[in-house]
Amino acid sequence: MSSLFQPALVAEATKQAFVKLDPRTMFRNPVMFTVELGTVVMLVVTLGLLFRPDASQGSFGYNFTVFVVLLLTLLFANFAEAIAEARGKAQANSLRKTRQDTPARLRLDNGSFQQISSAQLQKGQIFVVEAGEIIPTDGEIVEGLATIDESAITGESAPVIREAGGDKSSVTGGTTVLSDRIVVLVTTAPGESFLDKMIALVEGASRQKTPNEIALTILLAGFTLVFIIVCVTLSPFADYAQTPIAISAFIALFVCLIPTTIGGLLSAIGIAGMDRALRANVITKSGKAVETAGDIDVLLLDKTGTITIGNRKATHFWPAPGVDTRQFVEGATVSSLTDETPEGKSIVALAREQQISPEQLQGRLEGAELIRFTAETRSSGVTLPDGTRIRKGAADAIRQLTEKAGHPYPAEVAERVQAVSANGGTPLVVSQNDQVLGVVELQDIIKPGIQERFARLRAMGIKTVMVTGDNPLTAKFIAEKAGVDDFIAEAKPEDKMQYIRAEQQQGRLVAMMGDGTNDAPALAQADVGVAMNSGTQAAKEAGNMVDLDNDPTKLIEVVEIGKQLLMTRGTLTTFSIANDVAKYFAIVPALFMTAIPALGALNVMGLHSPQSAILSAVIFNALIIPALVPLALQGVAYKPLGAAALLRRNLLVYGVGGVVVPFVGIKLIDLVVGLFV
Amino acid sequence: MTIELIGILLIMGATMLLAVPLGRYLATIYRGDTSWSDFLAPLERLLFRLAGIDPTREMRWQQHLLALLTINLLWFFWAMLVLTTQGSLPLNPDHNPSMPADQAFNTAISFLVNCNLQHYSGESGVTYFSQVFCLMFLQFVTAGTGMAACVVVFNALREGTTEKLGNFYNYFVKSITRVLLPLSLALALVLVFQGTPMTWEGKMSLVTVQGDTTAVSRGPAAALIGIKQLGTNGGGFFGVNSAHPLENPTYLTNALENMGILLIPMAMALALGYYLRRPRLGWMVFGVMTAGYLLLQLPTLYLEMHGNPALTAMGIDQRLGALEGKEMRLGAPASALWAISTTVTSNGSVNAMHDSLMPLSGMNTLLGMMTNSFYGGVGVGFLNFFVFIIVAVFISGLLVGRTPELLGKKVEAREMKIAVIIALLHPLLILAGTALTAYLYARNPADYAGWLANPGYHGFSEMLYEFTSSAANNGSGFEGLGDNTPWWNISTGVVLLLARYLPIIGPVAIAGLLAAKKYTPESAGTLRLDTATFGLMVFFVIWIIAALAFFPALALGPLAEHVSIGY
Repeated sequence: MSSLFQPALVAEATKQAFVKLDPRTMFRNPVMFTVELGTVVMLVVTLGLLFRPDASQGSFGYNFTVFVVLLLTLLFANFAEAIAEARGKAQANSLRKTRQDTPARLRLDNGSFQQISSAQLQKGQIFVVEAGEIIPTDGEIVEGLATIDESAITGESAPVIREAGGDKSSVTGGTTVLSDRIVVLVTTAPGESFLDKMIALVEGASRQKTPNEIALTILLAGFTLVFIIVCVTLSPFADYAQTPIAISAFIALFVCLIPTTIGGLLSAIGIAGMDRALRANVITKSGKAVETAGDIDVLLLDKTGTITIGNRKATHFWPAPGVDTRQFVEGATVSSLTDETPEGKSIVALAREQQISPEQLQGRLEGAELIRFTAETRSSGVTLPDGTRIRKGAADAIRQLTEKAGHPYPAEVAERVQAVSANGGTPLVVSQNDQVLGVVELQDIIKPGIQERFARLRAMGIKTVMVTGDNPLTAKFIAEKAGVDDFIAEAKPEDKMQYIRAEQQQGRLVAMMGDGTNDAPALAQADVGVAMNSGTQAAKEAGNMVDLDNDPTKLIEVVEIGKQLLMTRGTLTTFSIANDVAKYFAIVPALFMTAIPALGALNVMGLHSPQSAILSAVIFNALIIPALVPLALQGVAYKPLGAAALLRRNLLVYGVGGVVVPFVGIKLIDLVVGLFV
Repeated sequence: MTIELIGILLIMGATMLLAVPLGRYLATIYRGDTSWSDFLAPLERLLFRLAGIDPTREMRWQQHLLALLTINLLWFFWAMLVLTTQGSLPLNPDHNPSMPADQAFNTAISFLVNCNLQHYSGESGVTYFSQVFCLMFLQFVTAGTGMAACVVVFNALREGTTEKLGNFYNYFVKSITRVLLPLSLALALVLVFQGTPMTWEGKMSLVTVQGDTTAVSRGPAAALIGIKQLGTNGGGFFGVNSAHPLENPTYLTNALENMGILLIPMAMALALGYYLRRPRLGWMVFGVMTAGYLLLQLPTLYLEMHGNPALTAMGIDQRLGALEGKEMRLGAPASALWAISTTVTSNGSVNAMHDSLMPLSGMNTLLGMMTNSFYGGVGVGFLNFFVFIIVAVFISGLLVGRTPELLGKKVEAREMKIAVIIALLHPLLILAGTALTAYLYARNPADYAGWLANPGYHGFSEMLYEFTSSAANNGSGFEGLGDNTPWWNISTGVVLLLARYLPIIGPVAIAGLLAAKKYTPESAGTLRLDTATFGLMVFFVIWIIAALAFFPALALGPLAEHVSIGY
């Protein structure tokens, strides 16, 4: 709660609550606009009574009280919206601090450098940053590697490594280089950097009503219209029945019946939804994306980092028949010494455990040619100065290599590869001069608790799909162990794309997370595409959300935030409408009781007097708004249940609760008000 | 009393039992599957050939509406022509005159919209030619219109994405040849056996026991009465409708006619489930409708069987219930059963004086018409219900954390706009009409004294009832109202037209828009409509939208009257 209502934010929101009374702003919210009209009418009536008392309209004090309560209703609703915005603005201000003009060292065409301001940097220009400096704007590293402190954006203090080439080449303006020197190509125009966009989004400047919000506003406007009809027609009805009704009673009846609770909180709910995403360190490019996230039917999840902890580890060396274990392990180690991938490092580590010193082998690499891993060869390795070719890679890639060279591919090796795969491991085959040395077994470690998480998703009706570069056997084993519904093995970026298209063709909504440039088409195709902040600019442009933490499990959170947003709207709508039952029973008897005493039988709450009944109802109506602000901002408690169970639960809590709470609330308020009226 | 209650249980039980096979049958014939009634196919083919219609041509929702409105306009001209010239047309043995234009207009509109508000008396106001070729004809075709529009909506709820929603004329003709004609024929036959006249001869002269000579009206009554009940039309052959001993001669005919009122509306709800091959969905709709029906029916039965406390206080024996305005031969329970049946279904035929019902029973008949979807009129009842489903789906969709969808189709701003307008229309027409009348009366009670036989709370109920009955296309009257004046004729006429066509156009448009949308298959996360929970949701939505808006009006009418007569 303390974080919800920080004094500074409350002060700002209180001020805004008054500013927002401007009818031009109010007009956008039809429900609250009609309340404003009613408040103005009450003001006129009250002022009129000051000059010309009229017993039929009640006392000045009573009318003035009704006016004040209505004004409070408006202010409470405005406050709800303002506090949601203020929370965003506070975040934006802290972001803006990081965007202050920083000096940039521009590299000119002739190779010399020129000191300019970050604001002057144009797209396509190249600048240099060194340790201790702030990166002036968004860009892509073209040269070098650096550790960078991104805490200004992510709040995460652990530095990250960014380097030229590959999928971790993008840097964000406002972050600080901790070590080394990088050359960066500017990728955004001034004022359009990621940070600028973020600030605009967070401040709500570019916030538009989402389709669902529009549809809900129409429904609420419909309810408002019904009650306009009810209240307007009541006047001739009362004339016929010769039961005069005071203007204040009409206005009170109207304001209480229209859905002011949801009407007052609707925009706060939307802002808070984006805000919750932001707090989870996910930037959404639009409110619609958050809504869509709630509808997701299929989640494409990368195996690494989401389902398994970090990366695979080498767990066993299986030499080929006739090959000396030592020779095999040495070969595997040599080919991995320059391999910076976690798999490569784990092979070296395993070798050390087996009493083979990598340092001693280091000497062999002097003058060796390094072969990088590519998607086509699906293998990597070294060619030593003596011409020895050591390769390691996927089983079929090495098999091709050996068979092409005319060497046999031992049946035992093939069997071992099968066995390792079937056991959920990943086999890496090592060859020397195109002859198989043996199989390295890599094993995945499945994250603890991930199975329960998938079970929750299944209960929500979401299908999880694991995407992995592993072979089908390994993929199947891990998929079963982790409890995902489907998997894409040996996945290439096109496979993801195809899978997404196929699911969409059947009408399902798909979410995925990606970082590489080759993920960009799939990110764009997916209904919700979450790009990692560390990913390439292309990926970030293609997705509709960016995850600042680069955490693949974030996708699951995003879905929950989307559902929570929609549910909050639904529950408050239900609550607001259900409230009408009690309000009718408070006000309708109060309207007619004086002229038709028998209708006092409808006064089931036993309210003190007609005036206290009306006051209690409007006071309840006003107070319920601030009482529900925390719920609107934090969202309703989310339970991963199936639709039927959720509906039952929410109907019970907010529907039945919505009927009962105002009966109790109005009665309690009446006990107090009754002392004065 | 016990035997009367058994009678009521039998009527209700038998109707529900019959509604199940009829619902299945409706689904079969609309799908075009083979059924026992296929022997009528040549007749249908002949009709289509004569009219130059290709019954297999699929139509978009706009084309359906165009077809529907066009034929309705033609029927209007036909009805005007017949009614204004009936005096010179054949089959007029009693030499009844042609209708004046304004009355003809009122009558034509009211039969065209399946309402059958009658500002004439059948015995003297119309000829046999008009009864058969104008009024009875409209009773068949307007019922067929509602059923066909309903099937268009059924079509739109199928899986997949489509713009093609079947052929309107196909559904329309089949509704008549395969459903309305056979059932009306059966009911009319029983009526004939029970004593209802079916003749072209004019009034019969009788000498009464007292020795006076009296002329008794008769005519081709049985044929009209069958469709009057089955097509939720309600317009009787004789002026006093089914309280007339020739229109409703025995307890058996009363039971059968009451069943006729409820049968097709009930079956239509079940047909939805069978047609979409989601029987549970049909049962959900039927369940909600039945719950609403019973909620109105049971208290009414209780009140009518216990009589008026003001009379009890005077020492009058009321063991037979409240008998004022009721037929002794039918009794209080059967009259109460009929009163609610005829108001929830937009039928409007009466076998008792609704004006004389206990105040809260009167309120229940009003609520039946205000909600207008607890069974509702043939076809159109489900269309009204459909609008409430849209609203309920929207709110409950949000409650389960998804953007709302109806059977796999997203409900968005456009659909919501139409649904809201249609949901608003009903309270608007009823409350605004009543308010205008109340305003006029309250301004100048002396001038308009002729309007209300009972000023006060009861008079208010009478005004409210007249507009509610018009807006619900019901056609029954509370009576006690001097309603044959320009004000009533014009205002109710406008209400009738708006309240008939907009609630058909709206749901068909929503359905058409939804049908063309992307289809998302169901998952554990999607809201299922065929559950009791969702049914409960729809039930509350109906009460909160359709009934709560009338609470202040009801408080000033029936509720105030109720508390003032000594309860």
